[in-house]
Amino acid sequence: MNKFSISQLYLYYDNFCALTDINIDIEDKNITAFIGPSGCGKSTFLKTLNRMNDLVDGCKVTGEVLLDGTNIYKDVDTNLLRKRVGMVFQKPNPFPMSVYDNIAYGPRAHGVKSKAMLDEIVEKSLQSAAIWDELKDRLRKPALALSGGQQQRICIARAVAVSPEVLLMDEPTSALDPISTSKIEDLVLELKEKYTIIIVTHNMQQAARVSDKTAFFLLGELIEYGNTNDIFSMPTHKKTEGYISGRFG
Amino acid sequence: MASDKGDPGQKSQKFWENFMKTLFFISALTSVIAVFLICIFLFAGGIPAMFKIGLFEFIFGRKWAPNDVPPLFGILPMIMGSIYITGGAIAVGVPTGILTAAYMARLCPQNLYRVLKPAVGVLAGIPSIVYGFFGMVVIVPLVSQVFSANGNTILSASILLGIMILPTVIGISETAIRAVPESYYEGSLALGASNEWSIFFVILPAAKSGILAAVILGVGRAIGETMAVIMVAGGQPRLPNSILDGVRTLTANIVTEMPYAADLHREALIATGVVLFVFILIINLLVALLKRGGN
Ligand SMILES: Nc1ncnc2c1ncn2[C@@H]1O[C@H](COP(=O)(O)OP(=O)(O)OP(=O)(O)O)[C@@H](O)[C@H]1O
Ligand SMILES: [Mg+2]
Repeated sequence: MNKFSISQLYLYYDNFCALTDINIDIEDKNITAFIGPSGCGKSTFLKTLNRMNDLVDGCKVTGEVLLDGTNIYKDVDTNLLRKRVGMVFQKPNPFPMSVYDNIAYGPRAHGVKSKAMLDEIVEKSLQSAAIWDELKDRLRKPALALSGGQQQRICIARAVAVSPEVLLMDEPTSALDPISTSKIEDLVLELKEKYTIIIVTHNMQQAARVSDKTAFFLLGELIEYGNTNDIFSMPTHKKTEGYISGRFG
Repeated sequence: MASDKGDPGQKSQKFWENFMKTLFFISALTSVIAVFLICIFLFAGGIPAMFKIGLFEFIFGRKWAPNDVPPLFGILPMIMGSIYITGGAIAVGVPTGILTAAYMARLCPQNLYRVLKPAVGVLAGIPSIVYGFFGMVVIVPLVSQVFSANGNTILSASILLGIMILPTVIGISETAIRAVPESYYEGSLALGASNEWSIFFVILPAAKSGILAAVILGVGRAIGETMAVIMVAGGQPRLPNSILDGVRTLTANIVTEMPYAADLHREALIATGVVLFVFILIINLLVALLKRGGN
């Protein structure tokens, strides 16, 4: 089943066309990896999926982005959209408050008031981000005092806490050491059970390890999209082959 | 230039360097000396009186009657007066100021900002006597009409001072709010929180040490204000029972009586200045502590 169905998507920053005629279907409860050289539009595309691009002055989107069949650029409440389509940023960005308040932030913003309910959400979210055992005695500590890897998992837990359907992850491990990275990769594989995950990465091994499908972007165009195994074993495009074998990018 | 020591060019350059250094040093010293001299003058002039009157009777005495025989010099009414009016100014000015700052930094359209920012600047530059006049002709009659009482009250002074501390609160809060990393805001929006929710529950909390500094500086401004307060607060040196009573502040006490005070009376007024000075020192200490805590 398709979670996202995107057709003829163009995106302009003022007059600069950052995405050209993107057509792609993203499968439900699957991990899709976006790869491509720096500046090819991966982050830009990711941000069209939860309309974070709305924050950018002069950003214009045309075409169709269907989430479960509804065009998110037409009569959709962006706050509800972003609740359904969560995002984890490249640089861990926990709020300057306690671990507990970080996780409870989203649910509170969506009207959850009961302490018991919040407690439960916090525990569950931290568990699903595989960080509950490390932090259960430090819930009142400021999140900014944690390590980068822990902070990133807090951000994942924070995103999970509003029970999204999709998780967008923009290079979630690029600021982390190998151990934290592999923890997050394991986590992503577990989260796949419940969420549709799209992950941007510069790390070919990571894309190969975690994703089911891979999309290769170049200069704002989607060059190739298919099963990760196929893309990495026998890419149909010369450019894809060149990129994944490290010849450019 | 860098060659031998006899070079006349180098010599005169050295002279200028030293001269400028000394000039900078003296300039820097001026403010330190000024603070030092003010301390000496105040404490030498005021502290003996405190002991003559009795420290307890002076600070906690409920009656100020310098013309009675024997005279009474209790400044508790004025201490409370200053505290009430400052508290009132905070109650009026701080929420308004913080909301304005949040609006200016995050919400208001460019065009409006171009009007708002200079308007706040002008507010900061208005002399306090003009504020006092505004209070007399606008706020006092308004309060008197609404509550059908004498308009020279704590309430009027609080409203007026609340307006007067606005530029301080707005300016510093706005800077603090603008300094909050955009990534917090984006993180909040990405969770589906609304714009307003994000401002209230992420941006303002993240700016809280800066905002607190703004509040404390506002307190400093309010507690030291004299002219405007005298014009609207009534000036009775007694403990007020409600916000619709008139009141006298520490500053007002000094200004109203200094022109004709002599001997112990005069010294007691200087001692009032000492108390005020201690308040200001505490405020500065708080700001300094806050700055250290922030880094
Ligand atoms: N806010 C913006 N305003 C104007 N141009 C932008 C903006 N954001 C990105 N761009 C441009 O759009 C193109 C795609 O940028 P994007 O950030 O999506 O690349 P990316 O694939 O994520 O790169 P990286 O791997 O370095 O993160 C780039 O040419 C970039 O300069
Ligand atoms: Mg990017």
